[in-house]
Amino acid sequence: MSTTDAYAGTNETTEGRVFTVTGQDWDAISQGLAEEAEERVVVNMGPQHPSTHGVLRLILELEGETVTEARCGIGYLHTGIEKNMEFRTWTQGVTFCTRMDYLSPFFNEATYVLGVERLLDIEHDVPEKAQVMRVLLMELNRISSHLVAIATGGMEIGALTVMTMGFRERELVLDLFELITGLRMNHAFIRPGGVAQDLPVGALEEIRSFVALMKKRIPEYAALCNANPIFKARLEGVGHLDLEGCTALGLTGPVLRATGYPWDLRKTQPYSGYEDYEFDVQTWDTADAYGRFRVRLAEMWESLRIVEQAADRLAGLEGAPVMVADKKIGWPSQLSIGSDGMGNSLDHIKHIMGESMEALIHHFKLVTEGFRVPAGQAYVPVESPRGELGAHVVSDGGTRPFRVHFRDPSFHNLQATSVMSEGGQVADVIVAIASIDPVMGGVDR
Amino acid sequence: MSDDKSPEKRAPEQSPENVPAPTGQVGQVGVRTGMFGVSGTGDTSGYGGLVSAVTFPAPVQRPYGGWFDEVADALEAGTRAAGVEHALGDVVVHRGEITFHVRREDLVAVVKVLRDDPALRFEFCAGVSGVHYPEDTGREFHVVYHLGSMTWNRRIRLEVTAPDSDPHVPSVTGVYPAADWHERETWDMYGVVFDGHTALTRILMPDDWPGHPQRKDYPLGGIPVEYKGGSVPPPDQRRSYN
Repeated sequence: MSTTDAYAGTNETTEGRVFTVTGQDWDAISQGLAEEAEERVVVNMGPQHPSTHGVLRLILELEGETVTEARCGIGYLHTGIEKNMEFRTWTQGVTFCTRMDYLSPFFNEATYVLGVERLLDIEHDVPEKAQVMRVLLMELNRISSHLVAIATGGMEIGALTVMTMGFRERELVLDLFELITGLRMNHAFIRPGGVAQDLPVGALEEIRSFVALMKKRIPEYAALCNANPIFKARLEGVGHLDLEGCTALGLTGPVLRATGYPWDLRKTQPYSGYEDYEFDVQTWDTADAYGRFRVRLAEMWESLRIVEQAADRLAGLEGAPVMVADKKIGWPSQLSIGSDGMGNSLDHIKHIMGESMEALIHHFKLVTEGFRVPAGQAYVPVESPRGELGAHVVSDGGTRPFRVHFRDPSFHNLQATSVMSEGGQVADVIVAIASIDPVMGGVDR
Repeated sequence: MSDDKSPEKRAPEQSPENVPAPTGQVGQVGVRTGMFGVSGTGDTSGYGGLVSAVTFPAPVQRPYGGWFDEVADALEAGTRAAGVEHALGDVVVHRGEITFHVRREDLVAVVKVLRDDPALRFEFCAGVSGVHYPEDTGREFHVVYHLGSMTWNRRIRLEVTAPDSDPHVPSVTGVYPAADWHERETWDMYGVVFDGHTALTRILMPDDWPGHPQRKDYPLGGIPVEYKGGSVPPPDQRRSYN
């Protein structure tokens, strides 16, 4: 307890005393509280607190150990991405939105790009290989995102082994991303009209060996957690929200599927050719944090199935185009790996600099000015690891988005914090929020 | 989202060039000027002071195609039963998505019918997003609701407008509790007041922030970027192709 903390402000408040908790000071606090002779305490948890999943601020009203009111304070990671996108071209927009929900960058890119493609009316012209690569990357991303959800969820209840395991496997997925896109995060790889470039040599073998490895590793999570009495004691019955509650609050994703309702946009409103893959929608029937954990674990299996099918299809699509044939939309630059890293391919440079003035003009216009998108609005949601992620894309016919609004599932689902944690213990608030798996980059955008 | 592709087929007629004059209110929302990018005139020199109107897809007449008509019929019958006459304004079908324009005073009655009518059952409000059209005089703010029906596996969009001088829209949180944060965000970013919202406070920006950042007239470049004496103008004052 400190009264001279520079950041704590005054101790004179309208309602009761202010304690600044810095650790090692529980005796002083309990003594101070005993003097107050009031049971009700308001606790600010966060925004800098390791168990609140990023810069989430929780305002908890406690009576003893019981939470009587829980409210979220968000906005600490607001970076104005939506506004920024209005001053960049349609293609550059991908670079911004990939940074929103930083654990599922490919989903941010995909929903935005699908909206732009619908406005351009080229949905059916996107080449098959680009569609399959999108699905492949999204499903790998779903695995890595669920791994982080399980890992951090375990860490927050003290199961550090779960965390080290989760991050160990996630690293393998990020290695695949690095191999395919060149970056571990913030890829900007899915572009209007297709994807940025073709699969590199040897990627399919790496993906196959990853799938084989994960088939051994995922059962380790099941063996460690599924019937673990401590794990179950912390998770079962915590953060309960049944189907009626989920529908009223519009929750989607693993939270909804843990109530037993098989709602998955990949099945109900397929996009990017998901109707061509064999997989099952995973559900659980307990509507609690344990059920959400089991749904995520099972979904990683399903994602592995889809990755395998996508890899098989890609094996037969070698050399196929990955960008729409319309030269007025497709990115003109052809990338290749040189001795100093990745850059424009020498063939392309030779063509625009030495052979064709028109090609140079075309390259310059498309890269600097971009393409025009017909006026209108579109909303194409995708099933992100956290639920329905959608981009409301509005164009006024210009080369830049007039307005892009992201319906982020973390933002939406966090509204359930109150109903999930009120009436429970303080420690269960952490479990309830971890079971929603919010990513603050997506919440605050 | 519709299996029936007939709305798609009509898209060319709806594209701005082919519409002789907007039939409904969804007309011109701005003017594009500049050297390039103005289509529809014979002048390609770039020096003619090119001007073209910015028009959004025009409203359509029945039949809308596919299940769109079923939804429109049920919505009209339901709102009439609820005592709201002519709740539906323009209907826009574009790229296989349907948008119903609703008068703002009827909004709550309309969403209640949309949620509760067994033939509609739009039980899922995906989100609320604001759009600012500074040149759409008298209807500067558009508030867009993305609704989904899990029962019927359908999606529609509602659009409500409010003038800049009176930026008020009734809150739908009584019908869709999950619209709570979305409406707060729209207030925060656009300054649209949702009447009836229980706690309409800022959500992403700090509580004491002046102005509403995503409005098109919000001044940019609050922090001057300088480099060796030269300064970088804010993005909306730079030369652009738009």
